[in-house]
Amino acid sequence: MSTQASRSAARLMISPSVILLFLWMAVPLGMTIWFSFQRYNLLMPGQTGFVGFQNYEYFLTDPAFFTALWNTLALVGGVLLITVIGGMLLALLLDQPVFGQGIVRILVIAPFFVMPTVSALVWKNMFYNPVNGIFGYISEFFGFQPYDYLAHAPLLSITIIVAWQWLPFATLILLTALQSLDSEQLEAAEMDGASIWSRFIYIMVPHLSRAATVVILIQTIFLLSTFAEILVTTNGGPGNASTTLTYLVYVQSLLQFDVGGGAAGGVVAVILANIVAIFLMRMIGKNLEA
Amino acid sequence: MGQIELKGVTKRFGDVEVIPPLDLMIDEGEFVVFVGPSGCGKSTLLRLIAGLEDVSGGHIEIDGADATDLPPAKRSLAMVFQSYALYPHMSVRKNIAFPLKMAKIDPAVAKEKVENAARVLNLGDYLERRPGQLSGGQRQRVAIGRAIVREPAAFLFDEPLSNLDAALRVNMRLEISELHQKLKTTMVYVTHDQVEAMTMADKIVVLRAGHIEQVGSPLELYRSPRNLFVAGFIGSPKMNFIEGAEAAKHDAHTIGIRPEHTLVSATEGRWKGKVTVSEHLGSDTFLHVETEHGLINVRGDGEVSLHAGDTAYLSPDESQLHRFDAQGMAI
Amino acid sequence: MARKVSNRRRVIMSIIAWVMAFLIFFPILWTIILSFKTEGDAIRAPLQVLTSGWTLESYHTVFERSNYFRHFMNSVVISFGSVFLALVIAIPAAWAMAFVPGKRTKDVLMWMLSTKMMPAVGVLVPIYLMFRDWGLLDTRIGLIIVLCLMNLPIVIWMLFTYFKEIPNDILEAARMDGATLGSEIIYVLTPMAIPGIASTLLLNVILAWNEAFWTLNLTAAKAAPLTAFIAAYSSPEGLFYAKLSAASTLAIAPILILGWFSQKQLVRGLTFGAVK
Repeated sequence: MSTQASRSAARLMISPSVILLFLWMAVPLGMTIWFSFQRYNLLMPGQTGFVGFQNYEYFLTDPAFFTALWNTLALVGGVLLITVIGGMLLALLLDQPVFGQGIVRILVIAPFFVMPTVSALVWKNMFYNPVNGIFGYISEFFGFQPYDYLAHAPLLSITIIVAWQWLPFATLILLTALQSLDSEQLEAAEMDGASIWSRFIYIMVPHLSRAATVVILIQTIFLLSTFAEILVTTNGGPGNASTTLTYLVYVQSLLQFDVGGGAAGGVVAVILANIVAIFLMRMIGKNLEA
Repeated sequence: MGQIELKGVTKRFGDVEVIPPLDLMIDEGEFVVFVGPSGCGKSTLLRLIAGLEDVSGGHIEIDGADATDLPPAKRSLAMVFQSYALYPHMSVRKNIAFPLKMAKIDPAVAKEKVENAARVLNLGDYLERRPGQLSGGQRQRVAIGRAIVREPAAFLFDEPLSNLDAALRVNMRLEISELHQKLKTTMVYVTHDQVEAMTMADKIVVLRAGHIEQVGSPLELYRSPRNLFVAGFIGSPKMNFIEGAEAAKHDAHTIGIRPEHTLVSATEGRWKGKVTVSEHLGSDTFLHVETEHGLINVRGDGEVSLHAGDTAYLSPDESQLHRFDAQGMAI
Repeated sequence: MARKVSNRRRVIMSIIAWVMAFLIFFPILWTIILSFKTEGDAIRAPLQVLTSGWTLESYHTVFERSNYFRHFMNSVVISFGSVFLALVIAIPAAWAMAFVPGKRTKDVLMWMLSTKMMPAVGVLVPIYLMFRDWGLLDTRIGLIIVLCLMNLPIVIWMLFTYFKEIPNDILEAARMDGATLGSEIIYVLTPMAIPGIASTLLLNVILAWNEAFWTLNLTAAKAAPLTAFIAAYSSPEGLFYAKLSAASTLAIAPILILGWFSQKQLVRGLTFGAVK
């Protein structure tokens, strides 16, 4: 819907973004793929060369890989479960007429703005610490032995930290979706004799399902690269108990200086993320037409 | 000033030909209305004249000069949009003054022109307000004000009244007609509402699927529509069409008779039928009568005391009968 | 239409909502409280913490000992710098895609978004090596570039969704009124687009401020922003609760305040317009 002149100007204005993003994506990714087929360890500068799929073989057969894969799935799945269900309940609660609604909202949204390193440290020291943490005091108060959460249940502890950070995001999006629901629809259903429960099941849930899908997909993208929370709290340990794919690649490439192996892990992570991404892109693409 | 000529103008979006080659002459000072159902290409045609869309073929001449490749700003045309398209961040005064500012007119001169326009449009009290604080009708007037200060060769209106309520629409219709009387500038007006077309136009262009079905004065179109489409589109309520034996009696494939050209009686007439719906407006009575030739709408003058379920007899005025051949063209 | 709600229900709902909000906010609140305590008081039982005296001691220590201000400035320069740079690149692109959409505009937009889907670890190694070779490790400019590119798709998308809401009619009206492309942008588009640009800026500054993968991996000391500065407390120093709390409070306070202003835009921005 436009004239020829404006179309060529448009192309000119889009190209810097396209070129930069292309370089940002293609060059490092190409290099990662290239490295993943090389013997390349920063500690052994002399020994380089093509090794075929050897790096992949090492990475994929390493027991740490399966632990990491499982940990990643458990972390992502756990956080999603907590945030979506918790977010749905909170959104329903915040949608009610409540005294001081504005302040309640501000308090609930706050954790999302806390930087990952801070939230990890706060939870690690002020809550999980068996000696001085609040959880320690609480169990003592009820006469239980203090429990070292990060040592005995590292993955669950990290899941809780990450879920705390993302709960506001899920709540906010579901709440926004809830508020965009036409109240006349609910009133019509009420006139049709639907109970509160059936209004929730037949009207609110279908209306929220789209927003919930968006929450799940977007969080998955971010959660797959959870890093700082692990680095600060457990360093992936004890052993590999809280090592995720992202963290494993980091350890391999920047701590063990095995560039080739790390790159192979990176490629695996990219492939996994892309499987999720395809679904997300479909969702958003559909929305673009509407 | 203000003569617009389209020569073989074509518009394609990709492979879809929205407007097949089309010729049209708009004379100086004329009020021309493009009318047709939605999707007929009337707005596209207006945007081609405005220069907001490129033509895919053919030429557009304004006052004898080729304007096909001129950008919109250089065509000395002004446009009033359906959404009014007022600048929300500017006051009414700045909105109206914007085209003058763009033309780098001396601010003192511009100020006077804006105030003149505001006086003509009764906007004097609102000059410092923002568009968001105005009613629909006032916004419409601001949009017109912005158009008239430029003293364009022609005004283009794109369904300007469709966002207004019924009463306001009638008012604004009058105001635009008066404006045309006063300024005597060419106006090209797009609408899907045939009442607007009939009441305002010097010349109506009926469009369907990008084709011009008929061009003529409102009464020409009313009295002698060229085909079934125009006959059905112009006039309200719609013309009744009858096919079959009754039409054959008049040597036609289809005959048409307008509701106002049919006499209705409770006792005698040519076609017998049963009233299904009756609308009594006092000044007129509209009846929907189910006859052996199908449903026929009739309009009776004043009060006709027939109601749903009554038997009615209809007699068409033979002199007002329209005859069409199998292709739908008037005979 | 506002519905009539019984007062009792409202009170009960309010109590539940406030309790939930308090629990969710509690870790932040507790951090702020501890930051005003002495180290000794900070590790006492929770009730004793509340009844102990208040002090600014930890804040003094944080300011004296660590180079807090430098890290704060790093965060400011890096987050604002990267977003400004991204805006400069993104505004023309988003403008063009919103107002002059072509057949492939949708594909281009989706492709841009897809670059965001790539996990950072996938390109960590080459970026790290390139930065090492080009001397960009531990520099502000290096992080500005990385964070700019990282947020560019979001910036373009947010601007695009805002620009698309500006009616095309208005721009066409300006064109009919004789405005050139330049005056169209200056007098009509920009004033109407400023709210959208401002919220894009806000949300992306927050994202850049809290970014903790690249900032941790590409900086050491000199250019380290607050994310990395705080991470340094994970070592034994973490035991100094009051100081950790003071540093944390200082690191999150500015962004918490910015964040509260941007909560509405947050939903649209982070869901790429899919939820409004």
